[in-house]
Amino acid sequence: MPASINDASSAPRNQSESGRPSRARPIHPWPLRLMHWLNAFAIVMMVGSGWQIYNASPLFNFTFPPLVTIGGWLGAGIAWHLAFLWLLVANGLAYLIWGNLSGHFKRKLWPISPRAVRRDIGAALRFKLPHRQGTYNAVQRLLYTGVIIAGIVVVLSGLGIWKPVQLWLITDALGGYVVARYVHFFAMAAIVTFVAIHILLVALVPKVLPPMIFGGKLKATES
Amino acid sequence: MKKLDLKRRKLLSRALALGALTALPACDYDDPAHPDLADRFLHAMSSWNDRVQAALFSRHTLAPTFSASQITNPPRFNAFYDISQAPVVDPATYQLELSGQIQETAPLSLAQLRAMKQESQITRLICVEGWRVIGQWSGVPLADFLKRVGADTTCKYVSFKCADGYYSSIDMPSALHPQTILALDFLGAPLTPPFGAPMRLRIPTKLGFKNPKSVMSLSVGNIYTGGYWEDQGYNWFSGS
Repeated sequence: MPASINDASSAPRNQSESGRPSRARPIHPWPLRLMHWLNAFAIVMMVGSGWQIYNASPLFNFTFPPLVTIGGWLGAGIAWHLAFLWLLVANGLAYLIWGNLSGHFKRKLWPISPRAVRRDIGAALRFKLPHRQGTYNAVQRLLYTGVIIAGIVVVLSGLGIWKPVQLWLITDALGGYVVARYVHFFAMAAIVTFVAIHILLVALVPKVLPPMIFGGKLKATES
Repeated sequence: MKKLDLKRRKLLSRALALGALTALPACDYDDPAHPDLADRFLHAMSSWNDRVQAALFSRHTLAPTFSASQITNPPRFNAFYDISQAPVVDPATYQLELSGQIQETAPLSLAQLRAMKQESQITRLICVEGWRVIGQWSGVPLADFLKRVGADTTCKYVSFKCADGYYSSIDMPSALHPQTILALDFLGAPLTPPFGAPMRLRIPTKLGFKNPKSVMSLSVGNIYTGGYWEDQGYNWFSGS
């Protein structure tokens, strides 16, 4: 299927691993696993400290309970937020570069056709969407691409809030300082929603967890 | 030392609880005299962020200005105490004290400050908490002021001490920014006590808490003097 066609376009394995016997490709190569867990850690820290900051001047009629905030007070919340900003951004940039250069995005996330999305959402809702290790169905492609976009928006709007004078171009593009705060909030909400669905699905299909830790092996028929 | 170890153990157990999303509530700069591991990490990252912000800063990038109709009126009071506790400084006897790398350190009266060239701005004050207000301030551009009193503008810091015990300090490039003023008026009338009378720093390229009110003394030097909130963990540069 599409995955196998695209796989053939990547570098021949015999050449890259000269001398060594060819091994099965991992489901998740190590750079991806590393970046996945660094990202998970960064997201927990950024969301927890971000909620602490939100509580100092809530946009809506609610605050986050202290149990799920990080820092304990505004100053520490900001300190954590602006510290882990760098892990989130460096790791995110590494992921975007790696995803492009390695062909990961092309192979796994593209294309996304509306027809396939409709078909797979229908199948998912009828619990008839099988999980195929190593390839993503259309719903997964849509969600993974969506959360990457939400990640880019959350970083840009965050920069726009942090530096509305020096990075005014970003702030203005988002509609100004006040609007940028809402953009930042909703991008966060999108990411948190994604994480909730993501963790729920991993709980429903727990066999997908070990490959994200140990790599796993693609079945011979797929390579 | 024992306390440090205890806190470290506490940190470790908190870190282990990370998965439960109850992470690190203890790491809150709660004891600046005894920084724990998390405090030291946050401190290092905050210094890094100071350097990044200094590199991003351009004295030619102006803070946005607004129209008179956008001014927040009445203004919003904010301090580390209630509005009823705001200090009242007698404008008749007020003297701004000058010290450090300044040639003419004779104290200056309000009349002397008012005799200098004034500049007006309608700018936005963004609080570290996230809210913002728009106001019209006018006063003496700090760059003009520093030149006039013969300050050594190659120094790193300009520090301020206030009537209420508040204190803060800013980097020299930000001090020389054209929109940084020693504000005397708000909306065309002299500042009132809760809003920084008789003189406050107005620096729209930084967050609100970097705009000390009721400034009693100003000093120029190369020794880092921190600030009331900065010493408790707020980022020192805090540029917008």
